[in-house]
Amino acid sequence: MNAFWIILTGSLVATCCSLLGCFLILRRMAMVGDAISHAVLPGIVIAFMLTGSRDTIPMLIGAGLLGVLTTFLIEFFHRYARVQADAAIGVTFTWLFAIGIILISVFAGQVDLDQDCVLYGEIAYVPLDLIITKGGLSMGPRTVWMLALVTLLIGAFIVLGYKELFLTTFDPAFAAAIGISTTLWYYLLMGAVSLTTVASFESVGAILVVAFLVAPPATSYLLTDDFKNMLGISVLLGIIASFAGYYLAVWLDGSIAGAIATVTGIEFLLAFLFSPTHGKLRRQKRVQMVGH
Amino acid sequence: MQDFIEFFSFTDANIRYVTLGSVLLAASSAVVGCFTLLRKRALVGDAVAHAVLPGVCLAFILSGTKNPFILLIGAFVTGWLSLVVIDYITSRSRIKEDTAIGLVLSVFFGIGILLLTAIQQTGNAAQSGLDKFLFGSAASLIGEDLIAFGVVAVLLLVAVVLFFKELTLLCFDQAYARTIGFPVRGLELLLTTLTVFAVVVGIQAVGVVLMAAMLITPAAAARFWTENLKVMLVLAALIGAFSGIAGAFVSYTAPSMPTGPWIVLIVSMIAILSFALAPGRGWVARILRQRRNKTRILEENLLKLLYQLGELRQDYGSARSLEELLERRNIPKSEALGGLQKLKRQGYLQKDDGRWLLTPEGEKRGRRVVRLHRLWELYLTQYLNLASDHVHEDAETIEHIITPELEQRLIEELNYPDLDPHSARIP
Repeated sequence: MNAFWIILTGSLVATCCSLLGCFLILRRMAMVGDAISHAVLPGIVIAFMLTGSRDTIPMLIGAGLLGVLTTFLIEFFHRYARVQADAAIGVTFTWLFAIGIILISVFAGQVDLDQDCVLYGEIAYVPLDLIITKGGLSMGPRTVWMLALVTLLIGAFIVLGYKELFLTTFDPAFAAAIGISTTLWYYLLMGAVSLTTVASFESVGAILVVAFLVAPPATSYLLTDDFKNMLGISVLLGIIASFAGYYLAVWLDGSIAGAIATVTGIEFLLAFLFSPTHGKLRRQKRVQMVGH
Repeated sequence: MQDFIEFFSFTDANIRYVTLGSVLLAASSAVVGCFTLLRKRALVGDAVAHAVLPGVCLAFILSGTKNPFILLIGAFVTGWLSLVVIDYITSRSRIKEDTAIGLVLSVFFGIGILLLTAIQQTGNAAQSGLDKFLFGSAASLIGEDLIAFGVVAVLLLVAVVLFFKELTLLCFDQAYARTIGFPVRGLELLLTTLTVFAVVVGIQAVGVVLMAAMLITPAAAARFWTENLKVMLVLAALIGAFSGIAGAFVSYTAPSMPTGPWIVLIVSMIAILSFALAPGRGWVARILRQRRNKTRILEENLLKLLYQLGELRQDYGSARSLEELLERRNIPKSEALGGLQKLKRQGYLQKDDGRWLLTPEGEKRGRRVVRLHRLWELYLTQYLNLASDHVHEDAETIEHIITPELEQRLIEELNYPDLDPHSARIP
């Protein structure tokens, strides 16, 4: 049963992240996702200090605000202070992450948070924190319910805003011409990324969020030229990685998040070599055929 | 205050180690960071920092010891490999660079975490302390680490000094470097190697995530103060070194404070202040410059208007009302009034019964703007063969920019003309 809950958690995180990741990598903003996933740390710590508990809602709000603040700061440094784009990302997220770690050390006695947990989470503990009804009936782990809710929200966001997201990603000029605000959708997308990061942080940690945001979308980008297929394939790849990663971790007796990230890398490697359309080997063969 | 004296007397060997280590690390990675920043590849440092972890774990698994040199070799190998993989993915598929960086970063780190946790589970007592690569531990630097830091720092600086010209060219004009026969590929490898060196050593002090800051932030801050690469390198090193000392001092006065994050926090604050306040490139300076330009353009336009009115009526001596001015040119009324009052204070205008009159200085300045406008129109029609009705807009902007030297050149080039393309006299 524990295996089921852990794999389900992984799959839910994979679904949210891969969906959003497709938009991110096509906008060349993969590293912004990485930055947000690190920079939410001070938000989580502050929410934790203010409420004194690990309640989900304040944490979501605190970290969500920080996520949007991160995007805003990156934009601000880049556009108004004219800092080169990659440096703006690097400066912002390391700064916020450093503040987060310092806050953790300041309130070390009161805060039951540690740095390892932020980076690679504790997915193995997910099944331990159960919601038990008054009648003593177990309703399943709390994290799974929360992630299911977040997944529904992200799914709804993408379905309802599909046209706008699609247009602002592929043709911002056209989108602006027909009256879609690129800024609004940019911040909505970043808000969604922050929400996902925070919801996943406790269970899987920053590193798996980044892996899911980047690796499955990049893999499916090599497999298809159709955007809807790309969304579907990356979700599928993420879920497969959750399964395979779990059993790899059990076999090696190591971190589940680390193992899942490893599997997403293996998936990418396979696609990179063998993809029927964009794979390395296939391309070589084509070059040879043309040569003959 | 006592803490301050105690700290800066450096009598305690431990303080000496920590401070010196932090300074060496921060300064040398800042210097290397300048080059990666200028090549617009600042974030690869982040990927290397994450990719070091599996190397450390593999080296430990294979050797079974925590000998720092063996671990460093492992770290070096995977760090280097990560950069090669990023380059390979970007050049051989349609994956963009930022995606490749994110991918390599998370997958390598995931493998590292998997190996690290697997090692920890084996119960091998020797493994404790491997996780210092994750978060760094500048406060527990010992003499041995310091020697490693010192050697690497000196190596990096020597390499930068020796290959300064080549690296500069690589950053600013790769195509030219290739044309004149520089081994560009080799230089790229050199820079990669330097970056990996800086990361591998630095990571033990500040940890995986914050290592990127040690490379990027001092360089980004220094970039705002100078246009000269040598000055930028020195500045970045100084900013890095200062943050190193300050971070060590903070964690000395408050022992529960981690050194690495404080170094990063301080260097980030310096960077953000630089973005905002640096003269020339800073945010505030640019806003001020824009505002200054705007008022100058407004003032010159007002003087020009008054001069043109005088020209039209063949009478420079009588005063004009604000309405007369605004009739000819659409300027928001309050803005125009503010500009006129400022010009009066500067002695270019006189106010006479609510109407405005050019002083001799004002007439001279107004005449010059009109002259530049017409000269430019003539130049465009004669030398660029533009139609005479297409040149006004362009002249409207350039009239505020042309310097006296340029004005002289224009007059000579146009052979001391009398009339502009609209047959108006050039004053």
